[in-house]
Amino acid sequence: MSDTLLNVEKLNIFFKSDKNPEPIHAVRDLSFSLKQGEMLGVVGESGSGKSITNLALMGILGDSAIIKADKCTFNNRDLLTIKESEWQKVRGGEISMIFQDPMTALNPFLTIEFQLVETILAHINCSKKEAHERAIDLLAQVGITSPKDRLKAYPFELSGGMAQRVMIAMAISTGPKLLIADEPTTALDVTIQKQILTLIKSLQEKNNMSVILVTHDLGVVSEFSERIQVMYAGEIVESGNTSDLISHHSHPYTYGLLSSRPGAIERIPKSMLPSIPGIVPAFHERPIGCQFNPRCPNVQSDCKTGAIAFSNGLRCLHPVTDKKL
Amino acid sequence: MNEILKVSNLDKVYDIKKMFKPTLKLKALSDVNFHVGKKETLGIVGESGCGKSTLAKVLTKLEAKTSGNISLLGKDFDAFNASEFHSAIQMVFQDPYQSLNPRKKAFDIIADPLVINTQKSEADRKELVFSMMKKVGLREEFAKRYPHHFSGGQRQRLGIARSLMLHPQILILDEPVSALDVSIQAQVLNLLLELQQELSLAYLFISHDLSVIQHMSDRIMVMYLGRVVEYGTRDQIFNNPLHPYTKILLESAPSTNREKLEESITVKGELPSALNLPKGCAFEPRCPYASESCKHSVPALEIKQGREVACFEAHA
Repeated sequence: MSDTLLNVEKLNIFFKSDKNPEPIHAVRDLSFSLKQGEMLGVVGESGSGKSITNLALMGILGDSAIIKADKCTFNNRDLLTIKESEWQKVRGGEISMIFQDPMTALNPFLTIEFQLVETILAHINCSKKEAHERAIDLLAQVGITSPKDRLKAYPFELSGGMAQRVMIAMAISTGPKLLIADEPTTALDVTIQKQILTLIKSLQEKNNMSVILVTHDLGVVSEFSERIQVMYAGEIVESGNTSDLISHHSHPYTYGLLSSRPGAIERIPKSMLPSIPGIVPAFHERPIGCQFNPRCPNVQSDCKTGAIAFSNGLRCLHPVTDKKL
Repeated sequence: MNEILKVSNLDKVYDIKKMFKPTLKLKALSDVNFHVGKKETLGIVGESGCGKSTLAKVLTKLEAKTSGNISLLGKDFDAFNASEFHSAIQMVFQDPYQSLNPRKKAFDIIADPLVINTQKSEADRKELVFSMMKKVGLREEFAKRYPHHFSGGQRQRLGIARSLMLHPQILILDEPVSALDVSIQAQVLNLLLELQQELSLAYLFISHDLSVIQHMSDRIMVMYLGRVVEYGTRDQIFNNPLHPYTKILLESAPSTNREKLEESITVKGELPSALNLPKGCAFEPRCPYASESCKHSVPALEIKQGREVACFEAHA
């Protein structure tokens, strides 16, 4: 197996707030690691802290955020102590990111060429002409037909799928070691979604790049990533190898997510779907003990007392035993 | 009266006017035919730009049709007056964040259809609103809250309550769960199923999510660039799709069954512009099975194996 690229231990993210004297605790004790060339799928609903974690890894959380961690190393660099000048090399150069909505992530006033070449020149020591050639080559790599003409296009002239390809070209232009894809296909149609995910997967394998694929769709991560990490309300509740997790999940939340998908199993059409009652608690009204306890079918009194430890890839005192979906 | 809604030969053409340039015709819907019966759900699938939402707009008179016939409850679409029309057909919108007026309280949002279309007294309205809120799973004290106090799932419940106030026979659901989190989707789908049973509603269920369509629909219509490409029962479409586009859609849907990955085909390219349609079959440039004849003429909908398919290459 290859080396560990990213190692995060006990990452906590707080936000200062005008309304609350206490800072809001958004992400709690998050620990995970990522190997070179591996794809990690992160699944969770809105408010689970998955995007905040990514922004913290990129070092682009605002001033109101307080980041604490025991350890956060990337490629033998300590991300907690490096200076801003160092960050500028890491961010975009070694870690790059694809955002959910390609249309709003690209600058509408500038051509694709300008945006791509600018990125390349910022991180790679080369002439403008070389950067231009590299840009054409990158567009061809991400499957854009007639890349020379497309370079002159503005973002609004591209379809959503094409714009996302341009975003990917931009993200891989600097040869990053880690690519963070935050819901890269949520804004796209299913046929295009498949094209984009296949493209990311092939680039991962070709460049031996690590990928963090964030999504709310368990179907997407289970087809493409090697490992899955399920997040709920700022904590990892369960993690494991994809095939193990899909077939042997134990956390009631993972179980609920999997079983409430209409296409999870053969079902009598129009029959009632098993559903998770309630909603994800807001950051400022988190329950005591297990974060999932107000919605959990297996809840018992010990779930509501103290923090639950994360061990053997699971954070649960009363896991699901009957795993029939 | 079993047939609630019948649409025949529906066309919708938009004129694209630009200064100093000739007016272009954009065919958003061409020759669409279907019907929906009582208590039945017709699922409509297709990618963005295929005309699903235009169809919903035409059916709710938010856009005028260009030609074709629509009959609602056996009566011509144009013969209805406004309040009769709104009492027959209603719509639930995709985005519960944008489709509710942020300056109105929940009570007023739900009561508005009654205020506009009926002469009910205030006491009657109150009673009807509270009983409807209970039906869709909203507590009575929520009536005084504004939309921003509600979560996404609750807002969608509000939207559903509003659409049901005039007791319509048919609801148009335009992507009703796609803006919601996975764990909330099942709650709203269950509510829709319960309401359909209880109120004998017909649904026109528009979605791009095939697993949702499979679960909710009795019959399914697959659309591509304004045309119906396949139209049949749920089992016909899901167990034995005939049109290449339907096959590709089904295979592209992500699933937790991993074996699928190996054998699947990925479609090339993207949807062509509706302003510049290919001369032959609209799917021909992307179709893995396309032949010479597909380039020259548009295949008509024909009955093959009990369902309608528009494809030269779909054999029995």
